[in-house]
Amino acid sequence: MEAFLHQVLAGLATGGIYASLALALVMIYQATHLVNFAQGEMAMFATYFAWSLINAGMPYWPAFLLTVVFAFFLGVVIERVIIRPVENSPVLAVVVVFIALLVILNSVTGWIFSYTIKTFPSPFPAEPIFGSYITSHQGGAIGVTLVVLLLLYLFFRFTPLGLAMRAAAQNPESARLVGIRVGWMLALGWGLAAAIGGVAGMMVAPIVFLDPNMMGGVLLYAFAAALVGGIDNPAGAVFGGFLVGVLENVLGAFVIGNELKLAVALVLIIGVLVVKPSGFFGKVLVTRV
Amino acid sequence: MAAFLEVAKLHAAYGPTRVLHGIDFSMDEGTITTLLGANGAGKTTTLRALCGMVKTQGQVSFAGERLDGKATEDIVRKGIAHVPDGRGTFVNLTTEENLRLGAYTRKDRDAVESDLERVFGYFPRLKERREQQAGTLSGGEQQMLAVSRALMLRPRLMLLDEPSFGLAPLIVRELFEILRTVNEKEKVSMLVVEQNAAMALELADHAYLIETGRVVLSGTAREIKRNDAVRRSYLGY
Amino acid sequence: MSRRQLILIAIVLLAACVLPFVVSSYRTFQLTMVLVYSIALLGLNMLTGYNGQISLGHGAFYAIGAYSAAILMDQFGWPYWATIPVAAAVCLVAGFLFGLPALRLEGLYLALATFALAVSLPALLKYHHLESWTGGVQGIVILKPEPPFDLPIDADQWLYFFTLAITVLMFWLGWNILRGRMGRAMTAIRDQHIAAEAMGIHTAMVKSMTFGISAMYTGVAGALGAITIQFVAPDSFNIFVSIVFLVGIVIGGLASISGAIYGALFIQFVPNIADAISKAAPWAIFGIFLLGFVYLMPMGVAGAVRMAVARLTRKAQNQSKS
Repeated sequence: MEAFLHQVLAGLATGGIYASLALALVMIYQATHLVNFAQGEMAMFATYFAWSLINAGMPYWPAFLLTVVFAFFLGVVIERVIIRPVENSPVLAVVVVFIALLVILNSVTGWIFSYTIKTFPSPFPAEPIFGSYITSHQGGAIGVTLVVLLLLYLFFRFTPLGLAMRAAAQNPESARLVGIRVGWMLALGWGLAAAIGGVAGMMVAPIVFLDPNMMGGVLLYAFAAALVGGIDNPAGAVFGGFLVGVLENVLGAFVIGNELKLAVALVLIIGVLVVKPSGFFGKVLVTRV
Repeated sequence: MAAFLEVAKLHAAYGPTRVLHGIDFSMDEGTITTLLGANGAGKTTTLRALCGMVKTQGQVSFAGERLDGKATEDIVRKGIAHVPDGRGTFVNLTTEENLRLGAYTRKDRDAVESDLERVFGYFPRLKERREQQAGTLSGGEQQMLAVSRALMLRPRLMLLDEPSFGLAPLIVRELFEILRTVNEKEKVSMLVVEQNAAMALELADHAYLIETGRVVLSGTAREIKRNDAVRRSYLGY
Repeated sequence: MSRRQLILIAIVLLAACVLPFVVSSYRTFQLTMVLVYSIALLGLNMLTGYNGQISLGHGAFYAIGAYSAAILMDQFGWPYWATIPVAAAVCLVAGFLFGLPALRLEGLYLALATFALAVSLPALLKYHHLESWTGGVQGIVILKPEPPFDLPIDADQWLYFFTLAITVLMFWLGWNILRGRMGRAMTAIRDQHIAAEAMGIHTAMVKSMTFGISAMYTGVAGALGAITIQFVAPDSFNIFVSIVFLVGIVIGGLASISGAIYGALFIQFVPNIADAISKAAPWAIFGIFLLGFVYLMPMGVAGAVRMAVARLTRKAQNQSKS
């Protein structure tokens, strides 16, 4: 029983990280109807930025904040420079652009920082402060995730800019008609998504260690989580993230072992989707013929 | 003296398909002008061209400034509000959020609040439904919402694309009376595109008839109403 | 098919037959792989380009075809040419069976399902209970086929011609399918799903069949690939194979038969070029190539060729008019 509880809590901690990244995916999906396959690599790149700062002597939380800002600008620049030119191209062409971005970021990071695995510090103490079932970092990661999610919710729900971004994502043409600069809203969305990704990267790096390929599995789980929750539903993405995190840990520990963990978790998710094709909370799209 | 709105030799195309073949018309400030014509004549395209939503050649001047070639978001900031065909409602946002978005470009917070109250005065039903999701409003209510959203800009010129579409005649009459009131009390000029020629000619001061991308007839609403060809083709008697 | 197109194809085929005698053995090997990839890409293009079903998992069918050939040759002593039809049949059935439940999934969801398939397969191939069949992590080694009837060519060249013959056959078959009723049904479903159904097209059947045929093509390619490389191992069939296939059809040109060839050339040679440019970050260079191709030719190489030809024909027509 104890071991089970331990796995569930650990699952919630990693689940929070999946939830954050899933939320970033959903944000960009809502605005563009595209899944940003490079989200993980962008987060990884931001985490390396943080590592450089910390390595140069900067204390953790200032480095954390600076990295969030850096990630935000990275997202904005990527949207304006790399994504904007293919705005009106066929969907699969944009997918290839995402793949290119993924590959470039991965390769450049490996080139600058080398592929040797590095440790990344956790801001939380080594001794367990949330009880014996969960490390401080896991508890802290859940806390950070919840704070980020709360801030996002408040931003979108109660600020004029948040309202404008929602409007631009839902109905770009009408948004233009009320004077919203839709292009910049999109760039802002990418910036926010990248910032969230950066936070996720910094929370996961102490657990899986820092290396250019660290976000591959995380992104996959986040993608699955977003789909399970309903790709157009931010709250669903969060739910999906926690669910996938718990499933992964429990299955990995008690049912199939770590090797087949990824494959089985995915197959399970497919099972969910075959039963409920638009995810748990996704809107079943009823289109008029 | 330059007119309030002046359109000269306006051409527009969707990709390779030419839709407007040289539209010329003008409007004076404070008036209501209607663009009439059958389906596919190019009326909606004309409004979209004014807002920079379609590629154009030709001249569009508004209060002395050239609009052609400008982006939609910038044209809005000149004081032109467009009520698109299909209403363009933000269906997943609440009624009030839709209205507040209409005032997105404005900086005068207090005036926005008083405008909100005034708009609720014209359309009390919207006030009842202010927290409701806009997509659940009826067709008539969504049209009222679309018009109100445009009013929230405090526009100098309002463009309305087929405001009567899909609405019961009684609702259309109600709506057009409010438009008349807004025009007279708040001096908002209006350019109304309509297929329903009879009602449009009741509302408007001036009218232009568009056929296959060209203006073929123009005059005061009264003149156009009495015109034989128009009566036969568009008014049905 | 117009006479001009037939002449063009004849010229290309002639050039293809001459090539192995004027280039090195290694180059011949690379060209054989181009042919192999073009069959795989044609298969994927049928599913994604013509029928609109996204697959991020065709690497799995490539692997199944490869392993079918390897196991038959290694464990049962089958001759190499006999393994091709078996690989085709196995993948046809596998693809069809996968296509059935996939009917419920659209777009992104289908992408995830196929992605899961591709990710799971190497793990499955490494699974120790299946090791006696699959050779586990070490994989299976295959012997290179010898030219028959003591023909005066070397093994690489024979393999090239063998692959070329199958490629021509598969392309001819594909061309017939795509321009016939099946092909029209496929694109109708892609463009207007509901209207297609309303017209009486049995969409479920067509979509599953398309999956099956597409898998069959990729399986045949996998078998040929295995014979050419003479080696199969689980880690050679990871998720990147599927991703590279998808990149190939987009760069080559969706919904285009010639696109399969352009795409195959891209995925075979551009990584080598990227490696030559930068040893330190070759994939970054590859990524830059991808961006370049997509920005300059969003409809793929086939699309750009089409536009260029159209422009030249219009110019010629205008000149002849004046």
